[in-house]
Amino acid sequence: MNRLAVLAAAAAAVFAVTAPFLLKPFGIYLISMWAVLTIAAIGLNLTLGYAGQVSLAQGAFVGIGAYTVALLTQAGFPFSFAFVAAGILCFAVGWVLGYPALRVQHHYLAFVTLAFTTLIFLVLRNEEWLTGGIYGINGIARPAFFGWSTAKALDFYYFSLGMLAVLALATWWMLRSPWGRAFVALRENPIRALSLGLDTRRYTLMAFAIGSSLGGLSGALYAPLVQFIEPASFALGLSFNLLLMVIVGGSGYFFGPFIGALIAVLLPEWMRITQGYYLIVYAALVMVMMAFCPAGILGLAERALKAFAPRVKEAAP
Amino acid sequence: MASFIQLLVSGLATGAIYALIAVGFTLLWQTSQTINFAQGEFVMLPAFFVLAAMNAGAPFWLAAAIGIVLSIAILGILFKVIVVDPMLKYGVLPLVISTIALSLLLKESAKEFYSSQAQPFPALVPATDIHVLGAVVSTQSLAVLAVAIFTVAALNLLLNRTRLGRQMQATAQNATLARVLGIRVERMVLYTFLINAVLVAIASILISPIYLAKFTNGETLGMAAFIAAIIGGFNQVRGAILGGVILGVLDNLSAAYISSQYRGAFPLIILIVVILLRPQGLLGRIEERTI
Repeated sequence: MNRLAVLAAAAAAVFAVTAPFLLKPFGIYLISMWAVLTIAAIGLNLTLGYAGQVSLAQGAFVGIGAYTVALLTQAGFPFSFAFVAAGILCFAVGWVLGYPALRVQHHYLAFVTLAFTTLIFLVLRNEEWLTGGIYGINGIARPAFFGWSTAKALDFYYFSLGMLAVLALATWWMLRSPWGRAFVALRENPIRALSLGLDTRRYTLMAFAIGSSLGGLSGALYAPLVQFIEPASFALGLSFNLLLMVIVGGSGYFFGPFIGALIAVLLPEWMRITQGYYLIVYAALVMVMMAFCPAGILGLAERALKAFAPRVKEAAP
Repeated sequence: MASFIQLLVSGLATGAIYALIAVGFTLLWQTSQTINFAQGEFVMLPAFFVLAAMNAGAPFWLAAAIGIVLSIAILGILFKVIVVDPMLKYGVLPLVISTIALSLLLKESAKEFYSSQAQPFPALVPATDIHVLGAVVSTQSLAVLAVAIFTVAALNLLLNRTRLGRQMQATAQNATLARVLGIRVERMVLYTFLINAVLVAIASILISPIYLAKFTNGETLGMAAFIAAIIGGFNQVRGAILGGVILGVLDNLSAAYISSQYRGAFPLIILIVVILLRPQGLLGRIEERTI
C-alpha cells in the first residue's frame, strides 16, 4: 500500500509539472492558487491533524503573511527577506496564540482562534495608515531571482510549486523525526505523552507556531500571486475554507491537504455551470461528504483499500 | 446621562435578542453536543418565511405564525433528522464543518431564492418615542424587551416547573442515567431542537425590523450568540441570558464611548479574557474535558 502511495504521489507530481501546458491563463492562476493554499493547509493539518488542536486562525496567518510581504516589498526590501520575515512573524504570533491552547481545548480553542481571526481582520481594516484599510494594497510586484522573473503566470506557478515542494518535504521530514512523533502522541493521548516525559507544553506551542508560520509563508506567496490584497480576503471565510480543505482531504493524512485544497479551489469553479446556485451545490456536497465519510477522501480511500486487500495483516491488533 | 439611558435601553433590547439566540445555542449543546455554526443563519431565515407569507397575502400576525411553524419544521425537525443525527456518532468536528457548510447553504439560498437586497420588515409596534428622565426611548426597544423577557420567562417555567422540562434537564445533565430512569432521551433531544427553532424565529421577528431582513444578517448574529454563550457559560441557560445582555449593552456603550471602528473588537477581547481566566463562563459549571 505504501508503494501505491509513492506511485500516486509521483504521478501527481508529474501531472502538476505538466498541467499548465494544457491550461488557459485562468487555469494556471487556479493551480497556482492551489499550490499556495496547500501550503497553508499543510500548516493547519500539522496543528489540527497531527497535534489535534482545532484552529480557526489559519486564514488570519495567511493575511499576516500577505500584508507583511506586501508592505515590506513596497518599502523596498527584497522578496526573499520579506518572505522569511513573514514566516518568522507568524511563527512568533502563532507561538503566542498557542498559549490559550495550553489552557483550553476543542470547541473553546476553536472560538479563541475564531476571535483572533476577527480581531486581525478588524486591525487590517481599521489601521488605514499601515494597511490601506478597505482599499487594500494594490500592485504587489512578483519577485525575480538571479535574473529569473516570475512576473508571468507560468513562471509564478513553477515558483509556487517549487516552494510547495520544498515546504512539503521539510514538513514530511519533520513529521518523521521525533518531533512529529511527539505531535501525534499529543493528539492521541496527551496524558500518556506527558507521563512518558514529553514536554507537552513546548510541543503544543511548537505545533501551533510551525503550523502558523506555514500559514504566513502561504500568505507571502498569496500576495504576489493575486497582486491585490484587502482585509475581506482574510476574514473568517478563508479560515473556514482552509479547515474545510484539511477535513475534506483527510486530516492527519500527509497528502490530505493537497487533495482538499484541490477540491476547494476547483470545485466552486466547476460548479459555475450551475450559475448562481454553485455555492449552494458546493455547500450541500460538503454536507453530504461529511455525513458519509467524515475522515475525508483519503480516509475513504484507505477504507476502500482495506476492504479489497487480503485480510492477512489484520490478525495483529 | 440622557444619552446613556438611551444607549442602555437599546443595548438591553439588542442584548435580549442575543440572549434568545444564545439560549437556543446552549440548549443544543447541552442535549446533543451540537455546536451549531449556522445559528446566525437560523435567525436570518425565519424573517424571509414571514415576508414570503406576507407576499402571499397573509396579515402580519398570521405570517409570523406561519414563519414560526416553518421554522420548527425546517430549522428544528429537518435540521435534526437530516444534518445532526447522521453525524453525531463521528464526534464534534465533522458536525462543526457540516454546520459551517449549512450556514453557507442557507445564506446563499436566501440570496438566490428571495433577494440579495435588504428587505423592510414590519415592526411589532408603531415607532413612537417615549420620554423617560429626559431620555428618548423608542417603543420598539421596549416591545422587543417585553417579548424577549416573556419568552425567556416562559422557557424558564417550562424547564424548571414542568415534568417535561425536568426530563429535558435530566437528559442534558446525564443522558445515560436519564434513560435508565425511563426518560425518552431521543424525544427530549428533539424537543430542544424545536425550542431552538422557536427561539430563533422569535429573535428573527424581533430583530428584522431593526436590521432589515438581509441574507448576511446571520454572520454578526451567529458570532454574537457564540460569544454570549461562552461569556455566560456554555452549559447554563441563565448564563447565556446574562452573556447576551452583557454583550448587547457593552456593544452599544463601547461603540458610543470608546471607538466605533473597533466596535466589533470589544466582545472578542472579553471573549478571550473570559476563556483564558474562566473557561467555564461566568455562570457555568466546570465540564470534564481532556486535560
